[in-house]
Amino acid sequence: MQQIKPFSAKEFKKDFPILERKINGHDLVYLDNASTTQKPRQVLEALEKYYRTMNANIHRGVHTLSEEASEAYENTRQLVADFIHAKEAAEIIFTRNATEAFNLVAYSWGEMNIHEGDNIIVSALEHHSNLIPWQQLCKRKKAELRILPMQSNNPAELDLGAYPALLDQRTKLVAISQMSNVLGTLPPLKTVITAAHAVGARVMVDGAQGVAHVGANVQDLDCDFFAFSSHKMLGPTGIGILYGKRELLENMPPFLFGGDMVKTVSAQAANWNDVPWKFEAGTPNIADTIAFAEAIKYIERVGFDAILQHDQALVAYARRRLAQLPGLTVYGPTDLTHTGGVVSFNVPEVHPHDVGSILNDSGVAIRTGHHCAQPLMNILQVPATARMSFYLYNDESDIDAAIKGLEKVYEIFKVGK
Amino acid sequence: MDLYAENILDHYKNPHHKGKLINPTTAAEDSNPLCGDELKIELAIQDNKVTQVAFNGKGCAISQASASMLTDELIGKTPEEIAAISNETIYEMLGVPLTPARVKCALLSLVVVKKALLFNKFSQ
Repeated sequence: MQQIKPFSAKEFKKDFPILERKINGHDLVYLDNASTTQKPRQVLEALEKYYRTMNANIHRGVHTLSEEASEAYENTRQLVADFIHAKEAAEIIFTRNATEAFNLVAYSWGEMNIHEGDNIIVSALEHHSNLIPWQQLCKRKKAELRILPMQSNNPAELDLGAYPALLDQRTKLVAISQMSNVLGTLPPLKTVITAAHAVGARVMVDGAQGVAHVGANVQDLDCDFFAFSSHKMLGPTGIGILYGKRELLENMPPFLFGGDMVKTVSAQAANWNDVPWKFEAGTPNIADTIAFAEAIKYIERVGFDAILQHDQALVAYARRRLAQLPGLTVYGPTDLTHTGGVVSFNVPEVHPHDVGSILNDSGVAIRTGHHCAQPLMNILQVPATARMSFYLYNDESDIDAAIKGLEKVYEIFKVGK
Repeated sequence: MDLYAENILDHYKNPHHKGKLINPTTAAEDSNPLCGDELKIELAIQDNKVTQVAFNGKGCAISQASASMLTDELIGKTPEEIAAISNETIYEMLGVPLTPARVKCALLSLVVVKKALLFNKFSQ
């Protein structure tokens, strides 16, 4: 897509009304984008407009409101398909969030295809949502869960040297993240996918972070499943997206049963609707899905090259400034070319929770904790980290505010004294 | 910043009764998995009175300071007196404004102490 808007984080800030808020008397400095992103007024207006002008249930009515709502809803599906370069809109399933998308694959594809003695490979980087469904599937099916480890002397990068030994004829699925929500690491997806396919395994990609920062071309990647959510890419909460190759989706049983996912129903039996509606039972999150279209358009106007470049510039700046604080530990790849806009760190002698509280006192929002990646925390040998995560409306002044907050932390806790 | 008053920082940097007991009568541990606070507390009880106490753990300043301050209060008290210690007492002890997110951090020490006493009661 052509980049129409010149990149200016300062200008973008004006599109996000919440950024005008004051927290404890200070300007809000929002650095928690890996948890969720803020919404531009285009999304907010679309949401309000839907309820004000075209609210109706979709897929069923012949009246005008229903037709308009149905068309707008399916229009978003097509936009999503184009956004990730899927072959067709039928390969896009809407769920409640990315977590539900992983569960859909585990219950629908997994139950049918995983048997006793099979194995599933999950990377050590994974968020709990792309780990626990596979743990449970393996338990149910008496299959083996294998972990693709991090490099022992460089724990921010996957140890691909260990990968071939994990792959064998019984490997049925590899679960891998496009971008780590803790370290920003961008694993070499194509390499991982090609090797998996060579042994006949399918690949489930967690695109929750990556899709907003580097975009995705699922045909080029040739991944079998790809999951992400609207709320981490400027869209509303309550929408997850599962992409699956059509031939896989056609052969998968439904996940949830009920209205809308059926064709004909008698008292004793039912047959299923076509893909993708086979996987969308009940009334979906219509309003937010229609508003989501505006988020997709916003990102496409800005362009992924610019977004990633901006991300990496901010990560470089943040690391440079963090390096000035004595004894502070930064976690993440040394090579910025495979890092997205996330920086995890720890202040010596101070628990991340306290770091986050003190930063909040001056209006700076960061996240602290295990970030739903406890196995990764164990590898880093810390219970928790503090995390700054950027998006297109963040700039160096935001990082400066965070650094100022960190200097306060050093002062209050008399770090090093 | 009112949260990080002198007493909190003091107890966090120089915790009282941190370590292990040689011969504890009872012990318990617990954690706040949401924020990574962990606490283990050991008690020595003689003639129905706490004679020694030690705590170990890692976590945020509030959870560790709370443990340090609470262990000061336990020496010489009976299990019954300790069981009667309320959440409010902990808030007063800390003397700082706690948001809902930090309440769990503050109360972890009391939860662990009461757990230890429960184990003690059942083992008798």
